[in-house]
Amino acid sequence: MAQATKSSGKGLTARDNKEIAFKKYFRDYWQLYILVLPAVVFIAIFAYEPMYGAQIAFRNYTAKAGIWGSEWVGLEHFKRFLTSSNFWPLIRNTVGISLYSLIAGFPAPIILAFMLNELRSSKLRKTIQMITYAPHFISTVAICGLILLFLQRESGLFNLVRMAFGKEGIDFMIEPKYFKTIYVVSGIWQGLGWGTIIYLAALSGVDTQIVEASIIDGASRIQKIWYIDLPSILPTIVILLILNAGSILNVGGDKILLLQNALNMESSDVISTFVYRLGIQNAQFSYTTAIGLFNSVVNFILLTAVNYVAKKLTGSSLW
Amino acid sequence: MATHTQRRTMSDRAFDTVNLILLIIITLIIIYPLYFTVIASFSDPYEVVKGHVLILPKGITFEPYTNVFRNDDIWIGYKNSLINTVITVLYNLIVTIPAAYVMSRKGLKGKGILMAYFVFTMYFGGGLIPYYLLVKGLGLLNTRWALIIPAGFSVYNMIIARTFFQSNMPDELYEAAKIDGSSEFGTFFRIALPLSGAIIAVIGLYVAEGTWNAWFNVLLFITEKKLYTLQYVLRAILIQNQEMNIINTGTMTNTDAIASLMRRKYMAEGMKYSIIFIASLPMLIAYPFVQKYFVKGVMIGALKG
Repeated sequence: MAQATKSSGKGLTARDNKEIAFKKYFRDYWQLYILVLPAVVFIAIFAYEPMYGAQIAFRNYTAKAGIWGSEWVGLEHFKRFLTSSNFWPLIRNTVGISLYSLIAGFPAPIILAFMLNELRSSKLRKTIQMITYAPHFISTVAICGLILLFLQRESGLFNLVRMAFGKEGIDFMIEPKYFKTIYVVSGIWQGLGWGTIIYLAALSGVDTQIVEASIIDGASRIQKIWYIDLPSILPTIVILLILNAGSILNVGGDKILLLQNALNMESSDVISTFVYRLGIQNAQFSYTTAIGLFNSVVNFILLTAVNYVAKKLTGSSLW
Repeated sequence: MATHTQRRTMSDRAFDTVNLILLIIITLIIIYPLYFTVIASFSDPYEVVKGHVLILPKGITFEPYTNVFRNDDIWIGYKNSLINTVITVLYNLIVTIPAAYVMSRKGLKGKGILMAYFVFTMYFGGGLIPYYLLVKGLGLLNTRWALIIPAGFSVYNMIIARTFFQSNMPDELYEAAKIDGSSEFGTFFRIALPLSGAIIAVIGLYVAEGTWNAWFNVLLFITEKKLYTLQYVLRAILIQNQEMNIINTGTMTNTDAIASLMRRKYMAEGMKYSIIFIASLPMLIAYPFVQKYFVKGVMIGALKG
């Protein structure tokens, strides 16, 4: 039990009180720290150790020498990447696909959410929602399989429709110019229904009193949406936009990997697929780690910048 | 959702009509590729290839399906996916739920530091290569554990679960437990856990879906066929166009050989639709029932996390 006086007999100082309080706290609550320990250890191993291991970006890493035995080369790999002939094409593809995705794909669920929100029958709304959720649950591999089937020159659904209109079938997957559209449109198809969830939830929080007042004032539905609903869910929209902006360079590596081939590569190779090819298949560990770090840092800067701008412009932000 | 208690004006009615029509069109467009896949998988592959199958199946046949089921690789894939998913879900719940509970406790000292420790990893990471080297260094390559162990915890899921505990565990509950002399472990296991059925279901489903659909980790870490998961097998068939060598060819003459080759080509294509359908079926059946929970999870996590 806590002692009323210390051995020096002088009574408790503030520091003594703090120490006693801390010991008491720990005695009461140490079990909580045990409960969270597995997660802490997991993150230490699988999130922070790779950050430590990322230092091979500054070395010429070989498995034999290990991390510490590999010679330090500073920014050499970064310089190599920034001056390589791959750099601009990769950035162009990565940012291009990302922005295209953002501009075409970000507003779509918002618009659909507004449309669903205006439905009078909640049963109809829930039915439509359930149907539009379906593509979200299909695996990336299956979706890419479908894309390849539908775009086949002779028998793909898409080309059958083209041929019905007298046009010739195109092998879409081998033409670089179609890649971005294929990627973005299929992404919208898969994510549209699911994306409405957050916005519909936010829309349910719109103040009904203001809405009713606006109806009395004679507002049309479109006016209601534009002047009441939209500003109401703007914080949600902004936060999701910031999150999207912060991963601009992370463009869907695994879906692109499934869809890319030697012929559309000039349009489909992005930073993450390049890193995979050179790093895993070609074992250029240090070089590709540097690229990965570059990727992470740029994303982080972008995230902070967009967050700052959003805060200044709209008042809502991630932090 | 807006409630319109007033009379609808003309412009309101026009809006509603257009809105409804557009919504129906959008829904049909979204559902058609899936619908087509189903009817194509039951149709004669020749008819599918020739474009005769658009609204209804033609030449109904189960041959693609029987061929799929004769493929050993697919069965191996199914088995591995199932085993990995069950283990990963349990593993994940054991790590995530207690952590989320702890992070939801108000008076926790060091909570800010812990939270920063976790959240930072959502925005910054070491990258693919160090991660690969780590798993390799742990000796997990070409084992089932390479797919399971690194997948044990996601900060995002923890935040969703934390929000659940914050909303559903009132302070009075903790006080009452303390008065009853319950230890912290006791409070967690005997009070919090029984109350967290919903969040266990949500996180479990999220992890199950993620594990079932994963293929890239197999590409990274596994080269032994007996460990392939379903999605990885699918990739080989659907995307890399590997032949499925179970189609019977029997004895043939020259014209027979050509015809059988064409038949194999058509059959291979028809089978792809069947495979996609079979692989997606568990999710497509389950999702109407579980989507309620998924939606809840998204809402809890996004709006409050």
